[in-house]
Amino acid sequence: MEKQEYTITVYTENTIGMISRIAIIFSRRKINIESLNTSPSEAEGIHRFTIVIHETEDVVRKLCRQIEKQVEVLKAYYNTNDEIIWQEQALYKVPTEVVTEKAPVERLLRRYGASAVVIRNDYTVFETAGHREEIDALTAALAEYQLIEFVRSARIAIIKDSEGFHKKLKEFEESEPAAEVVENRYLNKQDKVFTM
Amino acid sequence: MNTLEITKNTSNGKQEAIAGVTQLSGSQAVLEALLAEGVDTVFGYPGGAIMPIYDALYDYNDRLKHILVRHEQGGVHAAQGYARTSGRVGVVFATSGPGATNLITGLADAMIDSNPVVCITGQVFAHLLGTDAFQETDVINITTPVTKWNYQVTDACEIPTALAKAFHIARTGRPGPVLIDITKNAQLQLFDYPGYKICNHIRSYRPKPIVRSEYIEQAAALINAAEKPFILFGQGIILGKAEAEFKAFIEKTGIPAAATVMGLSALETHHPLHVGMLGMHGNYAPNVLTNECDVLIAIGMRFDDRVTGRLDKYAKQAKVIHLDIDPAEIDKNVKATVPVWGDCKETLPLLMEQVDAKTHDAWLSRFRKLESEEIKEVIQEELNPTTPIMTMGEVIRILNELTGGDAVIVTDVGQHQMVACRYAKFNQSKSNVTSGGLGTMGFGLPAAIGAWYGTPDRTVVAIIGDGGIQMTIQELGTIMQFGAKVKILILNNEFLGMVRQWQQLFHDKRYSFVNITSPDYVTVAKGYGIAGNSIREREELEQALTTMIEHDGPYLLEVMVGKENNVFPMVPQGSSVSEIRLK
Repeated sequence: MEKQEYTITVYTENTIGMISRIAIIFSRRKINIESLNTSPSEAEGIHRFTIVIHETEDVVRKLCRQIEKQVEVLKAYYNTNDEIIWQEQALYKVPTEVVTEKAPVERLLRRYGASAVVIRNDYTVFETAGHREEIDALTAALAEYQLIEFVRSARIAIIKDSEGFHKKLKEFEESEPAAEVVENRYLNKQDKVFTM
Repeated sequence: MNTLEITKNTSNGKQEAIAGVTQLSGSQAVLEALLAEGVDTVFGYPGGAIMPIYDALYDYNDRLKHILVRHEQGGVHAAQGYARTSGRVGVVFATSGPGATNLITGLADAMIDSNPVVCITGQVFAHLLGTDAFQETDVINITTPVTKWNYQVTDACEIPTALAKAFHIARTGRPGPVLIDITKNAQLQLFDYPGYKICNHIRSYRPKPIVRSEYIEQAAALINAAEKPFILFGQGIILGKAEAEFKAFIEKTGIPAAATVMGLSALETHHPLHVGMLGMHGNYAPNVLTNECDVLIAIGMRFDDRVTGRLDKYAKQAKVIHLDIDPAEIDKNVKATVPVWGDCKETLPLLMEQVDAKTHDAWLSRFRKLESEEIKEVIQEELNPTTPIMTMGEVIRILNELTGGDAVIVTDVGQHQMVACRYAKFNQSKSNVTSGGLGTMGFGLPAAIGAWYGTPDRTVVAIIGDGGIQMTIQELGTIMQFGAKVKILILNNEFLGMVRQWQQLFHDKRYSFVNITSPDYVTVAKGYGIAGNSIREREELEQALTTMIEHDGPYLLEVMVGKENNVFPMVPQGSSVSEIRLK
């Protein structure tokens, strides 16, 4: 199985120590987390983690099961890049005189849709949002023009075919587990494996 | 000043406030929670940060038995032993800092072997958290990888809920250790006690996956079509209290069944369908035939690498049915054709309805044939040696004859553990207490103490090597003080035997630091007021074991066995199970 980029979306209770409980599941297997974002989710009181890693599907599936096993985790999903819509945000600080004096810089900023957040005499801060490659390309380009400071956020992602977590949360609040709580990749897919 | 005042108040017991609301201290609430959960025994060790709880315990002494261990690691192992023989949650008290860090080995052991244990640790005052205060350790973060759940309480009002959740999480689903860290201010704090409510639902926690009828149908279809089906059973049967369901299932289907180390006593050893133990030092037939069966049915076991050997050559010819309560175990090591997620107490009866009553005589005779080879090549000589030097196996054989298979056998880790697991007879469940997943030397003695408290009417024999006994020998003090009637059987080969065996087989006999000397154990035992004996002649063996068993109280018996005996059969590391060596 080939390694590729996977985005893991984890719905959790908002309790102290969740990041640590989740992070050690990766570090234990010596897997680097490419990016990690925590935020509120569409469901009230439920926290949403977005984690990006580069791994095989087999490993990602195991990781998700081990994440879901944590008492305060409700659900962990994993998706490939074509199953999600995602963004990262970046901030760039460049000397204001470079922006005003150098025409290529202005063109760069226009091309990447960067907009100014703060303009001071000494420096200007731009922000842009997009995929990693776009942000990286702008960063590389600006590096030639005295880029003073650069920071990029973690990935945030929306799952294309997700209905959100409201319905699922209701199922979790019931005392009996719902049928969908665990999925079986074989079920109804490979009839042949069940016969001799 | 405030603090002192509160301490003084709490040691006077419960306080009734004016409006009929019960005011309790956090410490009292902890003990009330234990009583409400039916806890009767606590293993612990006091210290600065847990003093308020111990102060309250002074007034609960008539309802809660507290066993003062000699090291916190021993406390967790004792709680594990207690949990394994009683089927209940083991409880441990420890103080902050070193008290809590000493728990780690025990927690890791309980985590990997799914033992329900609740540890309550004291912690420095909340306002001191993060300041490197005296005996402060970040216990929550240190224990996160080795606990099923942990939680820090900084306000007494949280105590009833936190403990209710702790017990619920520790004992349900796949059981495991839980740690509750309580700051000293919360232990001292008085609050309006709302009463204790047992927890049975946490929204983010699914102890049991729902059973899908499709799995059951598919599994039954495979089993009914199978010509060479083979069952592997683990501790899940015991944890799920599904021994009867399991036995009924194998008897209806006529399928040969082999145990993991942790599952051994789930089915009585002499059952005609019990074909032995799996794994690196397991029996010949179940290892070899794993690679011949057509349907492999794994029940409550997790395909540990010591069971599977080389994974890419493990049961590749077989369709695999995996029954487990923990979804994370499915496909983790061995891909399941049919994953039967659920509690085997529920899934086995459902499966039972759909499987055909059958016998597999020809297939079963394959096991018996290989077994007779193993008897000829290994077992006969191990149990009835023709050489003058005593073997571990013959000690176990005579022990079996004397106890009739009714004893609880607790083992430490190493050669003696493998020999005991291979040859000990078990008539009933919850009789085999050993450190399976973690392989913790030093587990045996404290675990045996807990095992005895879990079932004080049974004979508890702790079989321990000369290495392991020296790791937690201080627990003899616990036995001395509280009189646990543990029979300590030291099989002394004057080596760290298992490591020596590997050095012999795989490192050209370069014996590097495996030569270990022992104190005079009988004198040590005597120092602790424990009767003992040491023997080195075969003629003395039966009488010595009889004396040990019949002695009314704890007893230590050292048996000098062959120095360089090896445990066989053996699946060498990196080999397939079917490449198991008989010599």
